[in-house]
Amino acid sequence: MDNIAGTKSSLTWAVHLSVVCLVALWLFPTVGLLVSSFRTSDQIATSGWWKAMFPSEQNMTLRTAAPETQNEINGLHVIEGQLFDADKDAKISVWGISSRAIDSFKAGDTAELRKGGKVTVQADGSYRMENGVPFEGKRGARIFVTATAPPEFTLDNYKTVLISGDATDNLAKAFFNTLTVTIPATIIPILIAAFAAYALAWMDFPGRALLIAFIVALLVVPLQLALIPLLRLHLGIGIGKGYIGVWLAHTGFGLPLAIYLLRNYMVGLPRDIIENARVDGATEFQIFTKIILPLSFPALASFAIFQFLWTWNDLLVSLVFLIDATGETTVMTKQIVELLGTRGGNWEILATSAFVSIAVPLLVFFAMQKYLVRGLLAGSVK
Amino acid sequence: MHPALLGLATIIMGVGGCVGYFWLSNFILDTFIYPPRGPNAGRNINRANIIRPWLFLFPALFALSIYLAYPVVETIRLSLTERVTQPDGTTTYDFVGLANYSQMMAEPKFWEALSNNMMWLIVVPALSTAFGLLAAQLTDRIGWGSIAKSLIFMPMAISFVGAAVIWKLVYDARPPGTDQIGILNALYVWFSGNEPQQWLTVPFWNSFLLMIVLVWIQTGFAMVILSAALRGIPEETVEAAIVDGANPFQIFFKIKIPQIMGTIVVVWTTITIVVLKVFDIVFAMTNGQWETQVLANYMYDKLFRANDWGVGSASAMIIMLLVTPILVWNVYNARREMR
Repeated sequence: MDNIAGTKSSLTWAVHLSVVCLVALWLFPTVGLLVSSFRTSDQIATSGWWKAMFPSEQNMTLRTAAPETQNEINGLHVIEGQLFDADKDAKISVWGISSRAIDSFKAGDTAELRKGGKVTVQADGSYRMENGVPFEGKRGARIFVTATAPPEFTLDNYKTVLISGDATDNLAKAFFNTLTVTIPATIIPILIAAFAAYALAWMDFPGRALLIAFIVALLVVPLQLALIPLLRLHLGIGIGKGYIGVWLAHTGFGLPLAIYLLRNYMVGLPRDIIENARVDGATEFQIFTKIILPLSFPALASFAIFQFLWTWNDLLVSLVFLIDATGETTVMTKQIVELLGTRGGNWEILATSAFVSIAVPLLVFFAMQKYLVRGLLAGSVK
Repeated sequence: MHPALLGLATIIMGVGGCVGYFWLSNFILDTFIYPPRGPNAGRNINRANIIRPWLFLFPALFALSIYLAYPVVETIRLSLTERVTQPDGTTTYDFVGLANYSQMMAEPKFWEALSNNMMWLIVVPALSTAFGLLAAQLTDRIGWGSIAKSLIFMPMAISFVGAAVIWKLVYDARPPGTDQIGILNALYVWFSGNEPQQWLTVPFWNSFLLMIVLVWIQTGFAMVILSAALRGIPEETVEAAIVDGANPFQIFFKIKIPQIMGTIVVVWTTITIVVLKVFDIVFAMTNGQWETQVLANYMYDKLFRANDWGVGSASAMIIMLLVTPILVWNVYNARREMR
């Protein structure tokens, strides 16, 4: 439509360019986290993640093999070896033997060691130390190298976070706790809300409009108000802090949106179908389970996604109603906040944990985006 | 019991319990109390139909009353009381009038939280809506717009805590002279040549850096809603404007914006409510230090760190008070639409 009256093609490229910029700006922070989660702590600490895609120049302090490995060849005592680990593919440009002059020699040069003897370091990291008399001491000589290493990524962080890490690093338990919170807290409100929404949409009774207004009002009540009274209630009736409490709380807090979304959707279903069913003698219960529920699937899916994302991502409700002093029932968001506090510098663990916790919502998001958008539109625009 | 088993049992009991309740209550109503048979069949059907809606509504209303309506009333009461531990170990709640409120008003931290919240209320909805509108308008005109949209929309799925980690990396600072690993400092050092800054500890500006996180999350929401509204604009109006020689900017600002004003208001108010409840971002990134306090985090501090339920409830009431105009407006609109 814009094209007919000739929206200038000169503007088209500007539009493309602006959208590219906008998308890049919005993606950039998340990509940073993703890239960081595949880097070692050294890499993260020494260079920006945006440099991770390119070969990077690093300063490293390495050590030659210990004197006990020396061989005697033609009267010379020789230590030969490789400075880098076997799988590392770096290229040395300059090197040194003192921390004050780390760039005094080029690759291939030979340096005089202070304790006697000579050392030659090649670009690929192989070295040869020679001395007329045997090398002494327990440890090898320190070599300071400046090397260009190709991009290097590792899965070790994920191994630490998911499998091998100690209690503060390992996220596996928190992951399952989060899952345990989320699934019942998503399923139960849907069912309760669906019945109520049907009554509000298709049954006539006095006070219906008032009830709908009541639910619209509850939609915006900040859940901050509910924390203390409900915690007191839970402690008072013996639920205490735990899964039951958090499921109930999420159910209660999710209901207004659920009822509102489902009612808006159900009102739009064709009247004929429902009236025909009534004429044919179906009970209300049958109409609901056989006709309304299947037809409302898109709205049910929308709400399920909302509730899933909300319960998965929640911190406050879990803090108040679930996590007790033992910390056995900690959820991922809480553990990440703790990591932020105690190990603010350990970016490799933080980035990986954060990515593990947002991976599931992102999967759900991309798989079911259609329903999410539909739900948003039904929830706010009419 | 193992939590996973407990979860499974809860799902089965919850779902089974719900279905069982609805089926059984309807069955009892139709079979025993008012059976649609016999001499009073007609009257019984009518009576059953008066009761039935309440059977359908009961569980939801029960949960809503306990989990949302009762807390509002209870919070009002708590905000007027002081929790006192008596010598014999019992806890009583003594009525203290408005003492909690005046104690709160005397705290500089409260005013800091309130004024920060006001700033959040202006900046976040405005920027989110503006960016959302821009993104909606631009992506609607290009072939790969839907991909662009879903990428901008993506932060919606990310938790506030996850977003806090993501942006903390952006704002990270390393000692001067070393490579910066936070993009903000990398750019700052590159362009200005100054020393890198610990951005989150710089008062005033750090609040804006926290706001950016929420803007980043909420823009996608604004975009999706506004894009639908833009598509709903009748083509004739735009065509007429083109025929009259309007340029693209005039079409956008003078033809399209006025027609979607209602939607813009809805988006704005929805984001406003999110802002009023914002807690996780501040809690995870600065915990209210360096003058970044906001009301929700202030309240959490009072409730669970200072253990002062009276003042905590009072500050919750302030949040409620700020939400109330929107609540009234929403109810008013909902009622108008139903007529």
